[in-house]
Amino acid sequence: MLVCVKSDNFVAIFLCLIATREITEESYHILYTMSTAKTLFDKVWDAHVVRQVNDGPDVLFIDRHFIHEVTSPVAFLGLESRDVPVLFSGRTFATADHNTPTLNQHLPVADPLSANQLDALERNAAKYGISHWGLGHIKNGIVHVVGPENGITLPGMTIVCGDSHTSTHGAFGAIAFGIGTSEVEMVLATQCIMQPKPKKMRITVNGTLGKGVLPKDVILYIISQISASGATGYFVEYAGDVFENMSMEGRMTVCNMSIEMGARGGMIAPDEKTLNYLNGRDLAPKGEQWDKLVPYWQTLKTDEGATFDVDLTFDAANIEPQITYGTNPGMGTGVTHQIPMAGAVKDGAASYKKSLQYMGFAENESMIGKPVDFVFLGSCTNGRIEDFRAFASVVKGRQKADNVTAWLVPGSHIVEQQIKDEGILDILTSAGFQLRQPGCSACLAMNDDKVPAGKYAVSTSNRNFEGRQGPGARTLLASPLVAAAAAVTGVVTDPREFL
Amino acid sequence: MAYDKFTILRSTAVPMNIENVDTDQIIPARFLKATERKGFGDNLFRDWRYNNDDTPKADFVLNNPTYSGKILVGGKNFGSGSSREHAAWAIYDYGFRCVVSSFFADIFKNNCLNIGILPVTVSPEFADKIFAAIDADPNTELEVNLPEQTITLLATGESESFNINGYKKDNLINGYDDIDYLLSMKKEIEQFADTRPF
Repeated sequence: MLVCVKSDNFVAIFLCLIATREITEESYHILYTMSTAKTLFDKVWDAHVVRQVNDGPDVLFIDRHFIHEVTSPVAFLGLESRDVPVLFSGRTFATADHNTPTLNQHLPVADPLSANQLDALERNAAKYGISHWGLGHIKNGIVHVVGPENGITLPGMTIVCGDSHTSTHGAFGAIAFGIGTSEVEMVLATQCIMQPKPKKMRITVNGTLGKGVLPKDVILYIISQISASGATGYFVEYAGDVFENMSMEGRMTVCNMSIEMGARGGMIAPDEKTLNYLNGRDLAPKGEQWDKLVPYWQTLKTDEGATFDVDLTFDAANIEPQITYGTNPGMGTGVTHQIPMAGAVKDGAASYKKSLQYMGFAENESMIGKPVDFVFLGSCTNGRIEDFRAFASVVKGRQKADNVTAWLVPGSHIVEQQIKDEGILDILTSAGFQLRQPGCSACLAMNDDKVPAGKYAVSTSNRNFEGRQGPGARTLLASPLVAAAAAVTGVVTDPREFL
Repeated sequence: MAYDKFTILRSTAVPMNIENVDTDQIIPARFLKATERKGFGDNLFRDWRYNNDDTPKADFVLNNPTYSGKILVGGKNFGSGSSREHAAWAIYDYGFRCVVSSFFADIFKNNCLNIGILPVTVSPEFADKIFAAIDADPNTELEVNLPEQTITLLATGESESFNINGYKKDNLINGYDDIDYLLSMKKEIEQFADTRPF
């Protein structure tokens, strides 16, 4: 009778059933299910709505707020000019990451503008009583790495930060998304922001991932299929056995890049793996407090019968190691493939050709064998321990190619320590690589880690926009395995040859 | 952050018919190091606007004296990428008060609304008409009427209505921002906070 309905249409369908006098016990049951079945996203969002503004957005309460040096200074100036305090300083956490150097962090920061921003963050945090993990602090690192690894991020939370990759925290079943500086000021002043509720999209990937296919490949594949704007206006839930079987680090990589298809965020239902990851972390709830939360967290999944505005399904068997060839993250393909013809893509042909021209590529060229000048392993997308393990698995017993400059940047000091403890540092050093200190680094090149104009970088980061890694730099986004294969061969290479 | 009230804007427009204009193009990351909100307009579209030696690129639309105005007309998926509000600040500081596109990235659109820029989403067909009209006559004027929620090509009278929620519309017309609203419900927020489990 009813195959697929949107919950918004509940009333319409009910009226329709009355009109057709079809209300039987069965349809009452269906209606009941429809009216109460909620998605994971609905459950978390609805629990945070302080007020619904008439013909306007929801006033959404924010459980956790991360700030960094780049997008917070003007928000603090705003507080000062309004003469308003921070409402709940214990709900905001500050870390320095975007501007920080990745060598010699014990020395004063050479760039006066960067130093000024770092000082401003420290000053503002001290003034308002906000916890601050500055340069040199043992817990310092990229905001989206240190939040989860210290147990600040928890399932069922709302989490925001003036950084679009805040979507990373969705891996834990939180609603997490990036905000602008005006909104940073709102959260500091009132712990709320005003947001229209996004539409809902579910992306299901079932099956078994092939050899050498990493979480990064899964998300790059999805974006290549639906485009860099394919999920704009939506909040995504990732479902299916590929994500269920994925590690927390992998889930973070996937949720991290939700914004790269335009989605406000992406989330994955918390499970035993999620709780095992968080339990015992420094700032996670402990003992009885933890035990009380577990039954609530277990309710955080999409109910049977709940519906999405868009439901997409992909087959894991179709995903091979990916690489991008253009200037937005949707311009990606299998590493063994050719660059598509302009006529075969959704974007306008003029924009597509402009993009290839910037990259110095042509339609129908093979990606394998393309020259590589730089390799960047790191960022909030791929700067975690699993990423370094994957990279090391390829470079072990091999040597860095002479033509490649490699920047290996852990996401945090904790990751850096793990790299040392697990013997990965020895493998990297023997293969001719140097490990740098934590930070955002060449992902957005605000510090000295800039790729020169015209040079090619295989990068495990999240954006291949023009000039993203330095003015004129050309970025090829890929997984840590593809990056490692490029680092030892000096050209774009299928990493499966080394596995 | 107070901003100018927005009601009816009548202006020529600057066309930028490129898809996926991302916030790294609007304001490259290396210009995000300020701790105050000023001067961002100088670096709007920096790498498309200037050569490495800081000389203007003659073929870029902002350097072409033929085009000017307070309205920027962009291609599909305008403002994708980073959440940096600096992108909206740069557009505002340069002198634009309205950005028109057939499709905006979410965060960029929010940022515009929060600082007093009106993002107007038009149909792809109407976007094409605007580009064609500017192409035919760079002095052609557009009228963006926020109270009526319409955008009109004044030369031909062709018009389209656009969506904006009533709350944001009132804010722009009156120059209010969200913080004013949120501060007025502080007690309600504090009570809500007491109910949170973490």
